Amino acid sequence: MRVLMFGWEFPPFISGGLGTACYGLSKGLVQNGVEVAFVLPTKKRMTVPLMQGLSVIAADELVVDEALEKMLSRSEIRSQSRFQFPVQLSPYYTVTSFKELTALRVNQVKADLGDMSRFSVLDFSGNYGVNLFEEVHRYGLIGELLGITEEFDVIHAHDWLTYPAGINAKRISGKPLVVHVHATEFDRSGEHVNQGVYDIERAGLEAADRVVAVSYYTKSILVKRYGVDPSKIEVVHNAVDKDRTLSRFGIKKGVKEKVVLFLGRVTMQKGPDYFLQAAYLVLKRMRNVRFVMAGSGDMLPRMINWMAGMRIADRFHFTGFLRGVDVERMYAMSDLYVMPSVSEPFGITPFEALLYDVPILISKQSGVGEVLQNAVKVDFWDVHTLADQMVRLLSNEGYAGEVVERCKGELQNIEWESAGIKVREIYVSLTEQQ
Amino acid sequence: MVSLCFYFEVHQPFRLRKDYSFFDIGTNHFYEDEKNNRDILNKVAAKCYIPMNNLLLDMIKQWEGRFKVSFAVSGVALEQFEKYNPHVIELFQKLADTGCVEFINETFYHSLSFLYSKQEFKEQVLLHKEKVEKLFHQTPKTFRNTELIYNNELARFIEGLGYRTIIAEGADHILGWRSPNFVYQPAGCYKLNLMMKNYKLSDDIAFRFGNRGWESYPLTAEKYASWVHSIAGNGEVLNLFMDYETFGEHQWEDTGIFNFMRALPGAIFKHPDFGFITPSEAGQRYTPVAKIDCPYFTSWADIERDLTAWIGNPLQNSAIEMAYQLESAVKKSGDINLIGIWRKLLTSDHFYYMCTKWFSDGDVHKYFNPYESPYDAYVIYMNVLNDLIETLQQRGIPVEIGGGHA
Repeated sequence: MRVLMFGWEFPPFISGGLGTACYGLSKGLVQNGVEVAFVLPTKKRMTVPLMQGLSVIAADELVVDEALEKMLSRSEIRSQSRFQFPVQLSPYYTVTSFKELTALRVNQVKADLGDMSRFSVLDFSGNYGVNLFEEVHRYGLIGELLGITEEFDVIHAHDWLTYPAGINAKRISGKPLVVHVHATEFDRSGEHVNQGVYDIERAGLEAADRVVAVSYYTKSILVKRYGVDPSKIEVVHNAVDKDRTLSRFGIKKGVKEKVVLFLGRVTMQKGPDYFLQAAYLVLKRMRNVRFVMAGSGDMLPRMINWMAGMRIADRFHFTGFLRGVDVERMYAMSDLYVMPSVSEPFGITPFEALLYDVPILISKQSGVGEVLQNAVKVDFWDVHTLADQMVRLLSNEGYAGEVVERCKGELQNIEWESAGIKVREIYVSLTEQQ
Repeated sequence: MVSLCFYFEVHQPFRLRKDYSFFDIGTNHFYEDEKNNRDILNKVAAKCYIPMNNLLLDMIKQWEGRFKVSFAVSGVALEQFEKYNPHVIELFQKLADTGCVEFINETFYHSLSFLYSKQEFKEQVLLHKEKVEKLFHQTPKTFRNTELIYNNELARFIEGLGYRTIIAEGADHILGWRSPNFVYQPAGCYKLNLMMKNYKLSDDIAFRFGNRGWESYPLTAEKYASWVHSIAGNGEVLNLFMDYETFGEHQWEDTGIFNFMRALPGAIFKHPDFGFITPSEAGQRYTPVAKIDCPYFTSWADIERDLTAWIGNPLQNSAIEMAYQLESAVKKSGDINLIGIWRKLLTSDHFYYMCTKWFSDGDVHKYFNPYESPYDAYVIYMNVLNDLIETLQQRGIPVEIGGGHA
C-alpha cells in the first residue's frame, strides 16, 4: 500500500499543530506497513528525521520539464485507464489521440506555471502569506503532475490548502481520495468565513471518497456547515509523539511563582482574550502566579495593549512564537496549561503539556476533550469559571496532581500507531472497492 | 545686534538586548546590547561627532572667538564615549577649552524623571552637573530638560536650583502671535530667562537641508543668511536648536551639510549687526521682553510638541509607571551598580520605542527604533524590569507594584 499524501508544513517550521499531526500520522502509517510519499511545498530548513517507508517530495525541487516529459510518455500507457484531463477544449481542435490531448494539457500547465527557463520554476514559501491562493493553485498543478508521474494506491490531502492538489491528483489518476480535516474555516474565522476558502473546502469534501475528521466535534461541523454525508466521515483522533528531550526536573526556572501557560496562535480561534481576562481575575485573588502567553498572531498587539492597560505586567508575560527546545522548556516550567479555544477541532497541545506533568484546563469547545475525559473543562466564554478553576488547580496541589494522573492514564492508550491502523483500514476499504 | 544661538543635543541611549526573553527573567542580569551600542556609537562618531567637532574647532579658530556654539551632552552619551570612543571626549574638551563653547545641564540619564519623581530628577541633574564640571571645567548656568520637555512648574523648580537660563520649544500653541526671537521669562519666575527654539529656521537645517523635494533645495549659506538677516530690527536672538547628529548622520556628508556650516559664519557676518552667542551670554545681554505662561507640558517632539512620543499609550504608561515604582526599593539597596542599571532604564528612548503613533511622525520613530515594533520594545523592557524586581526580592528588599489588581 502506497499513499500520495499532500501536506503544507512539517516540523520544526510550523505555525500550528497541522505539521505536527501530519508527521505523527505519517509515522503511524509507516509503522503499519504503509509507504508514505509526503508532498510539501518546500523542504527547505526541514530537519525531521526521515525513516524507511517515508519519503518527502518537495514541490519547489520538482524539475517541471522532466515531470511534463514523463507525463507525455506515460499518457499512452495510461490511455486505456479512466483518467481525465481538465483540458480546456477548443472548438478549433480536433483531438485525435490521447497523446495529443496530453500535449495540449502539458502546454496549459506550462503556461499556468509561468517562467520555464528556471531549473525549478516553483518558488513556494510554504508560509501562510499574502499570495496564499496563488500558491494553493500552483500547488494544485503540482498535484496534477504527481498524479501521473508517481506510483500510488490512494491519495490523502490535509486541510484546504492541499485539497486542489488532491482533487487534481484524483482526477488524473483515478485513485481514491481521502480528505483529512484538521480545521475548518468556521473554526478559524467564526461566522465571518472567507468564501474562497470555504469553496475550496467544500470542493475537496465533495470530491473525497472518504473524509477523516480529527474529532466528533469537527464531524458535526462538516455535517452541519458543509452538508457532508455523515456516513462518509470517519473520526480519527490525533495522538502525540512521546519522545521528549527535557523533563520537569532539572529545568532552571528563573521565577519562583507558579506559571500558567497559554501556548498557541494568538488568534480569535484560540481565545487568548479569555485567557487574559481570566488572568486578571485570578491576580485579584492570588499573587503567587505568573501568566505566560506564548505564540504569535494577529491578535497579539491587541493582547499586549490590553494587558498593559490592566497594569499586570509584573505578572503577565509574552514570549512570541516559540520553537524547538524553547517549547519544551516552556511546558516544563509551567504549573498549569490552559487552552480556552473558541472552536478547536482537536488541539494537540494539551497532550504535550501532559507529557511534562502539567495539569490541563481546556474549553468545552475542543475536540481533544473527547479523548481526555478527565481534563478540566469550561465554556470558553465563561471567564469567571475559568478563573475559578485556575485558582483551584493552582492552590490545590492534590487536585491538580489527580487531574494529571488521570489524564496521563488516558494518554497511555493514545498512540499515532493506532491512528495509523484506522487510516490504513480506510485505505484498504477504498482500494478494495475499486 | 542680533545673535544666533546654536545649541546641539548629543545623546545616545543604552539600548537593551533584543533577545532578552521571559526565560531570562531571574537568571540573566545582562540587559544591554553592548555590541549594538558600541557599533552605533562608533558609526555616528565616525560620521558626525569626530568630523563635526573638528570642523567646529577650525571655525572657532578661524573666526577668533566670534563664532560660538553650545551643547547638551547627555550623561549616558558621555559614559558611552568614555567606554567606547574616548577620542570624542577629548575633542569636546578641546572645544570647551576655546572658551567659545557652553555646556548645558540636563538630567544625566536623559529621563522623564521630572514627571514622576522630583527627588530623582534633582539627583540626576546634580549627577550631570558634576560630570560636566569634571570633564569640561565649567559650572553650567543653563538648563534644558530632556527633549525640551517644559512647563511653568519645571521652570520654577529650575530657578530654585539657581540656574539663569532655561531652554524650551517655541511651540505655536504657547507663543501664539509672539516671536521666538527674543528672550522671555517663564510665568512665576523672577530671575530665570527663557529661550525658545525657532523651529522654522532650526528645521531648515535639521530636517529639510537634504530634501530634494523642498522648494528651497539646495540650501546655501548665502540663502540661509538672507533669511536670518531679514530678522534685523524684529528680534534679538535666534535660537537654533537641533540634534547634533544632524551633521553627517541625519544629513549625510554628501548633502553638503559640512560645507554649509563652514560657510555659514562668513555669510552671517556680512551683515555687521549679526553675531553668535551662547545661552548664558544671551541671558546677560538681553532682558526678557515678556512672561510666557506654559501650564501644560511641551516638548520638541513630533508635530504635537507634547509628551505623546513617550507617554500616553497603555504600553508606555504601564512601563514608565512600573519603572518609577521601583525607585525606593532600588535606592534602599544602596548598591551603586544596581541604581545605575535602574537609572539607565529611565532613559526616555525606551518609552519612545513603544510609541504607536504611526502617522507623519511614525517614520522618525521607526528610524530611531532598534526593535521590530513598539510591542517588541515593550515586551523586552518589561522582561528586564521583571528581572530587576526579581533581583531586588532575592536581596530581601520588598517591591510594591501598584496597579489594576490587589
